[in-house]
Amino acid sequence: MIMAGLLRQAPRITLALLTVPVLAGLAGTVIPAFANDAKGIQALLQWPGLPRAAGISLVTGLGSAALSLAITLLPVASLWGTRAFAAVQHLLAPLLSVPHAAAALGLAFLIAPSGWIARVLSPWATGWTQPPDLLLLNDPFGLALTLGLVAKEVPFLFLMALAALPQTDAARRMQVAQSLGAGRVASFAVSVLPSLYRQLRLPFYAVLAYSMTAVEMAMILGPTRPYTLSAQVVIWMADPQLTGRATAAAGALVQVGLVLGALGLWHLAERLAKSALIGLAHRGMRGQGADGPANVIAALLGGLIGGGLVFGLAGLALWSFAGLWSFPDAVPASLNLNTWTRAAPDLAQTATLTLGIAALATLLALALVLACLEAEHRFDLVPGAGALWVLYLPLLVPQVAFLPGVQVAALRAGMAGHWLAVAAAHLVFVLPYLFLSLAPAYRAWDRRIAVAGAALGATPARVFWHLRLPMLLRPVLTASAVGLAVSVGQYLPTLLVGGGRVETLTTEAVALASGGNRRLIGAYALLQMLLPALGFACALLLPAWAFRHRRGMAVAA
Amino acid sequence: MLRRHFLLASAALFALPAHAQTAWETVLAEAKGQTVYWHAWGGDPKINDFIAWVGEQAQARHGVAVAHVKLASTADAVTQVLAERDAGITTGGAVDLIWINGENFAAMKDAGLLFGPFATGLPNWGLVDVAGKPAVVTDFTLPTDGYESPWAMAQLVFEYDAARLPQPPQTLAALKDWIIANPGRFTYPQPPDYLGTTFLKQVAYGTLADPSVLQMPVDDASYAAKVAPMWAWLDQITPALWRAGKAYPQNEPALGQLLADAEVDFGFAFNPGRASAEIAAGHLPDTMRTFTLEGGTIGNASFVAIPFNAAHQAGAQVVANLLLDPEVQARAQDPNVLGFQTVLNLSSLDTSSRARFDALDLGVATLAPADLGPALLEPHASWMVRIAQDWIERYGVAQ
Repeated sequence: MIMAGLLRQAPRITLALLTVPVLAGLAGTVIPAFANDAKGIQALLQWPGLPRAAGISLVTGLGSAALSLAITLLPVASLWGTRAFAAVQHLLAPLLSVPHAAAALGLAFLIAPSGWIARVLSPWATGWTQPPDLLLLNDPFGLALTLGLVAKEVPFLFLMALAALPQTDAARRMQVAQSLGAGRVASFAVSVLPSLYRQLRLPFYAVLAYSMTAVEMAMILGPTRPYTLSAQVVIWMADPQLTGRATAAAGALVQVGLVLGALGLWHLAERLAKSALIGLAHRGMRGQGADGPANVIAALLGGLIGGGLVFGLAGLALWSFAGLWSFPDAVPASLNLNTWTRAAPDLAQTATLTLGIAALATLLALALVLACLEAEHRFDLVPGAGALWVLYLPLLVPQVAFLPGVQVAALRAGMAGHWLAVAAAHLVFVLPYLFLSLAPAYRAWDRRIAVAGAALGATPARVFWHLRLPMLLRPVLTASAVGLAVSVGQYLPTLLVGGGRVETLTTEAVALASGGNRRLIGAYALLQMLLPALGFACALLLPAWAFRHRRGMAVAA
Repeated sequence: MLRRHFLLASAALFALPAHAQTAWETVLAEAKGQTVYWHAWGGDPKINDFIAWVGEQAQARHGVAVAHVKLASTADAVTQVLAERDAGITTGGAVDLIWINGENFAAMKDAGLLFGPFATGLPNWGLVDVAGKPAVVTDFTLPTDGYESPWAMAQLVFEYDAARLPQPPQTLAALKDWIIANPGRFTYPQPPDYLGTTFLKQVAYGTLADPSVLQMPVDDASYAAKVAPMWAWLDQITPALWRAGKAYPQNEPALGQLLADAEVDFGFAFNPGRASAEIAAGHLPDTMRTFTLEGGTIGNASFVAIPFNAAHQAGAQVVANLLLDPEVQARAQDPNVLGFQTVLNLSSLDTSSRARFDALDLGVATLAPADLGPALLEPHASWMVRIAQDWIERYGVAQ
């Protein structure tokens, strides 16, 4: 009975867990903006870079998020169900776990005028004996930053799309549409996209908010005159004059407003796209001719994104073994293990702690999410729109806008600096991603199976443990792997709540990134990928093994 | 005040048994078994290795463990202490020791966030070359008053590849001509980065009619007229900078990477031994050399300071003292380890300690101490703030 009571309260407990830290942190961070006659806001308004920094944040955020969505949907539309698609699926998981800083540095080394591509082509094809003076990185329009964000967000959206697809009844819908004479892409757009997008919307909003507020990537690839607003806020926070913290608070406030504005703009775009799609369907669009070009574009874009990430990281990996590697040599003059042997003891210890924090945060989050979803199911609770927004809260409110407040609260509670406190802070971020990733599959589970179970005398608990959970093994593991990856990648929460004492692979890698040491960053980035990649490998392989005798549980194609 | 409390507390704890202990023995006794959380920039694996080695020494000699908290920016530690103070944590703070200087020190000293004065009470203080290296007690014209203890000297040197550039320019005027004649091959870290601002100050030293004003706080009335020649110099070179001044490297390592990638022909560093150390590590070609400008380059010291609420203040003092030990200083000066300049007065050392320094092979690219030229004192901190601010308005926002 107590358990049932607790279960019924699970959604409330979870929502409180998400709201309290974010809102309290937000208050603690933003109030300094208004202190001392709003000095912080005055200082912000006097900063000459404000319009441009805010504009760049908005444009790169919206642009990269929209591009990411397009690049995610196109291959799904044109390749889904093919062999190539299955291959892409297996490649993606490890890429998802690439930390932003590592992805940015890898990409930077690839495309810089002295980067790998230029080195491979020089001097025989380009005639360059020294790197050309070309503004490819840190360009004032944020193109390099947009590219980096897209490369990093597509794998996430793609994985979310894969998780959502089985709930859209895509195969049969596509069949019907295609039998009516529509091309693959047109069939997808009219029959699958509407229900797929409904499930992708939440992850997409998170991507939009994240892209606008990304810090590490903006510092490495983004414009520097001025920086993006989010990067500048972090720089102000670190201002030794201490007055910068009020300016940072004001900047964080503007950042929140920008994110809200962008979400509003996007919502408008959603409505326009909806009516356009309905119009096309009414006019009987078949779009047979669109398939060929769409295939080519999908392959090109997918290749570009995947290639950029893979070769960028391969470049970093090579650097971790490199001796002297001067321009224009395509490969290092010598290879050695110095970087790895020097870093090995640190790496082992840090990796263990990182994994421990990630495992704890993920397990807690998984238990809470399952409890919420099961409560929803058993007590016929219908989550309101408000509950959904609460779920997004930690992903939508810029991290720089509420984490400093959380840091002070953690210090007051005497919790700061302990790895358990860091795990608790991670929980706030892991929980929404895990929920977003698991809920669609959980809710789509056929309730008639539970009815059948109950008719045979099974208690709700038995139905849960023996029917529902085993049948949902694949989405549960995938969601856990996402949670693991999210935790491993957290930078600001670890730094602030850990008080600098809790060192994870990511805090180490970002500290190293400030020193630009490609060799050591390569070593850390490889490990940082490896941990979550193991999680995703489990999510793919474990169900395949567990269900090897269950044809009905095979990956739907 | 804090110092007095600390001593009283120590006395109460340790001096009660009737045998007499010197103040330092009390500190040593209290420090034994402590773990000192040393917050220091973690962007350079060689520095990280050195700190780890210092930790081993502290453990072996004094039973003090050192945990290196690797920071992306020293200001993170300042922020941490400030957050602790705001949260009412006046004892048992997370930060025991900070590698600090300049602005961060000025801010913490000003806000009363530091423990001390302690530096002049350290047993090894007598070895420090206060007369010959005034920067060890004057941090950006701010007297240290014993609130931070020096552990390394730095002086700005320029780095270049002699294979590409046989005869580097030796004066600021010659450097300007070279930059304009070779567009896209020179840049500096973007202010307010520390090294970038140092370059601006070096330009100020070379262009201002009377550089001695830099030792006083900025005078608002005459500021604009005084620095005008510096902006004129920068206006002339900016179109010929790397990426035509549309982008700048972020910091010293980023500039070093550009030099290693041959994107630019000059690097500069505060560590005169950096180039040699990078050659030894196989990260730069062995044709790299260094030079300083005629008339001298800016020099300063790196310090360690202890926050007012540090949990392990005794241990932190033991580490600060250990950093002044001749063996530790000689190791830091070894180009295969760090290549940092010592803060000690070599003539005050005994023969065996002196021999450690004499035995060092400074490396192919490092200038002998005599060839470094004069170390110009850092300007008053208000200049750095003002110049960096104006730089952002002039060049830091795309037009």
